[in-house]
Amino acid sequence: MLEATDTIIQGLLLGGLYALFAIGLSITYGVMRLVNIAHGDFLVLAAYLALWPVTNLEMHPFVAILPVVVLMFCLGYTLQRVVLNRTMGPNFLAPMLATFGMSIILRNGLQQIYHSDSRSFDIGAVGADSIHLGGTIAVGEFPLIVFVVAVILTFATSLLFSNTRIGIALRATSDDAETAGLMGIRANRTYAIALGLSFALLAVGGVFAGIRTTFTPESGPASLLYAFEAVVIGGMGSLWGTFAGAVILGIAQGVGAKLGAGFGVLAGHLVFLAVLAFKPTGLFERSR
Amino acid sequence: MLQVRNLVARYGEFQALFGIDFDLKQGSIVALIGANGAGKSTFLKSIAGQMPNKSGEIRFNSEEISSLPPDRIVRDGISLVPEGRRLFRSLSVEENLKVGSFAGREGRWTLEAIYTLFPQLKDKRHVPATALSGGQQQMVALGRGLMSNPDLLMCDEVSLGLSPSVIKDIYMVFPQIRAEGLSLVVVEQDIDAALRISDYLYCFMHGKVTLHGAPSELTKEQISAAYFGLETA
Amino acid sequence: MREGLSYVVSRNTAISNAAVWLGVAAAVVVVAVPWLPYLGTAAFMRWAVEVICYLILAQMWNLMAGYGGLMSVGMQAFVGIGGYSLFVFAQHLGVNPFLSIPIAGVMAALAAAITAPLVFRMRGGYFAIGTWVLAEVFRIAFSNISALGGGSGQSLTVMTRIDRSTRETAIYLIAATTLIVASLAINLLLRSRFGLGLTALRDSEAAAESQGVDVRSLKLQVYTLSSLGAGLVGAIYYTSVLRISPFAAFDLNWVVAATFIVVIGGIGTVEGPIVGAAIFFALRWLLADYGTWYWLVMGAVAVIVIMFAPTGVWGYVRTRWDIQLLPLRGLDVSYETVSCPIKGHEIDRLYDQLRSSSKKILRRYRALSPWPRCWVSSLGKHQDGV
Repeated sequence: MLEATDTIIQGLLLGGLYALFAIGLSITYGVMRLVNIAHGDFLVLAAYLALWPVTNLEMHPFVAILPVVVLMFCLGYTLQRVVLNRTMGPNFLAPMLATFGMSIILRNGLQQIYHSDSRSFDIGAVGADSIHLGGTIAVGEFPLIVFVVAVILTFATSLLFSNTRIGIALRATSDDAETAGLMGIRANRTYAIALGLSFALLAVGGVFAGIRTTFTPESGPASLLYAFEAVVIGGMGSLWGTFAGAVILGIAQGVGAKLGAGFGVLAGHLVFLAVLAFKPTGLFERSR
Repeated sequence: MLQVRNLVARYGEFQALFGIDFDLKQGSIVALIGANGAGKSTFLKSIAGQMPNKSGEIRFNSEEISSLPPDRIVRDGISLVPEGRRLFRSLSVEENLKVGSFAGREGRWTLEAIYTLFPQLKDKRHVPATALSGGQQQMVALGRGLMSNPDLLMCDEVSLGLSPSVIKDIYMVFPQIRAEGLSLVVVEQDIDAALRISDYLYCFMHGKVTLHGAPSELTKEQISAAYFGLETA
Repeated sequence: MREGLSYVVSRNTAISNAAVWLGVAAAVVVVAVPWLPYLGTAAFMRWAVEVICYLILAQMWNLMAGYGGLMSVGMQAFVGIGGYSLFVFAQHLGVNPFLSIPIAGVMAALAAAITAPLVFRMRGGYFAIGTWVLAEVFRIAFSNISALGGGSGQSLTVMTRIDRSTRETAIYLIAATTLIVASLAINLLLRSRFGLGLTALRDSEAAAESQGVDVRSLKLQVYTLSSLGAGLVGAIYYTSVLRISPFAAFDLNWVVAATFIVVIGGIGTVEGPIVGAAIFFALRWLLADYGTWYWLVMGAVAVIVIMFAPTGVWGYVRTRWDIQLLPLRGLDVSYETVSCPIKGHEIDRLYDQLRSSSKKILRRYRALSPWPRCWVSSLGKHQDGV
């Protein structure tokens, strides 16, 4: 019983990390119907970007997150303005294919520079210590931090969308980009901000992932799949829905891993397929 | 104030406007009438910058605006209330109104002013905009258009799908708006309403202007002929 | 009464007829390779089998995405299923290896048909990644079947019974035949009613549906057919390579290659995959000494093509110089002054509608009574306007 609770809590906390992966994907799909196939690869890129200040400037990985976030925001903004905006139009294949191309470029580019060595970030004691929550249940300090950060960021993003001017502009553009233009909102810039935002969130997720486990240039696709599964399980239209989906995925993977080594990831896939089969619109879909 | 010469507009290969000439004097209300598909909405969209495939001259306060994108045109002072209202589904009434002000033009039209003009909306300010009745939605759409503090407001078929009493309520607003210094272009299917409200009238058919003049100078027969395309004997 | 104007709806032009003869000649040469002086070597044939596999896969991807509007990042699932089915039938069930190849294709098609209901619950970008998840599920599943070699795979030892040169010639000929049959089949399919429906579907799903095109059925058929092709590719490739592993058989790079070949060559065209494959293998040969640089370059070229020439190299060539070797898109219409039972004004309307988009073509084509349809003659001059 205790072991089960422990497994579930670990899964829950893992879900926090997956939530960080997934919100960015949810944003770009929500605002511009773009599924960024390179999402996972940009996650890995963020980790590699953090590698430089951590190894060369002896910066603590947590601190390194800040410049990486700024950098990634600018990268996302620029990519949308320069590359992807050109491909947006009635043909939905084109932007996806462009991100597919970017994925390959990133993966092979990183491979050329960093080769296949696994890297990871060390945060000392925080990475290994646990906090005891009543009785004999212990949760790792770091996973807890990740989870809390995920909650805070989801909350902050949600506030951004509901209360700020840019949030209203993003929602209006996603509803009806043409009419938003009539109001003075430039779709090109709005999309760029959406992708920038998505990348900024990715940056946090990427560095955290790099702390939690090792990463190589090939780590991207797996992260994309987890983010994607979280969004589908959670359902369209709601950030907290995506968060919930991520938590469910985390728990599924945790339970699966307990049942058999290597079964964790498959368990997640199977839960995803099950949701697809029985409730394709997701478990927490918010009707628009 | 607004001068259009030889406007030609296309949707892909399909030509919708065949050389429109149009004039609007500051402070006037001009009505566009014509059957479905005559090109009235296309004309308004062309002025608003939403038709990429067009040629001809459009001058607003002596400035050539035909090559500007929609967001620049609203910044210059022309606001379009689009056909079918096209309110933002995810936004509340108040948020829809706020969006209207994103062009950044200062002026007399603020949220409070809109609520004064349309008192019904004040209670519903936080309701999702598309949950309102048709008439109220039209008010939101109009309000949204006004929030950009335009010099010229273009309204595309505001009476579409509304009951006569609601239409009356909405039309009462136009003189008030004009009194505040706005000029108006109103597209209408209802000829009588158009005649009542406007200082000048244009009749469209098959993408051409078939008749124009002040309502007082036009006879019913002339208008019917121009509207329906009957050959006048 | 108007003097009869008739329509000769011709789909072939002088250039296209030349191209057909060129295609026939190419097919003959391809099949004759094992007996040709310089090319009939084992090394060349092995390389050729690989090229053919990529080309068939690209054509399948093109069929799905370029014509059906379905972008899949999970096609490798069926390559893997085809490959493993081959091993199951040939290695474990003792079926003749060469006979196992078509069987493997059918198995892949079956797998596609069974998983389709699940996968079609998603659309657009979600469909793309959803198929990828499915491929991953298959990969993990096959990695866990120890009878099939588990994670490290197994070898096709049954093939050692056949002598080497016969084996290599046979597999080459099978690959070549499959390519020719697949190309012909796709071409014929696209020229048929099925193809018209597909084009209508691609242009506008809603409009196609309103015209009576069974969208669901069409999508399912395209998906299944493409998967059949992918399965054949897997079976042929692994018969040639003689060793399979889940990592290789379900490798994402299968679909990456197919995608880039089609995108760079020209998506939604019949000639596109051929052009794209030529570019792909040329690049690979050029960058052979630089490791995985060629994937990077391919990716960059693909992104540039999508940004600046979305119709691909062939699409660009075609619009620039107005050629069409294997015409399918739209129907070229010409006038001939001939007495004709169709009334004049009906013809004008027909002409206007045929000139416009393909969904209208579908509608009009179906509306034509059987009599005028027999006017679709295969030879005619292409004239624009009256």
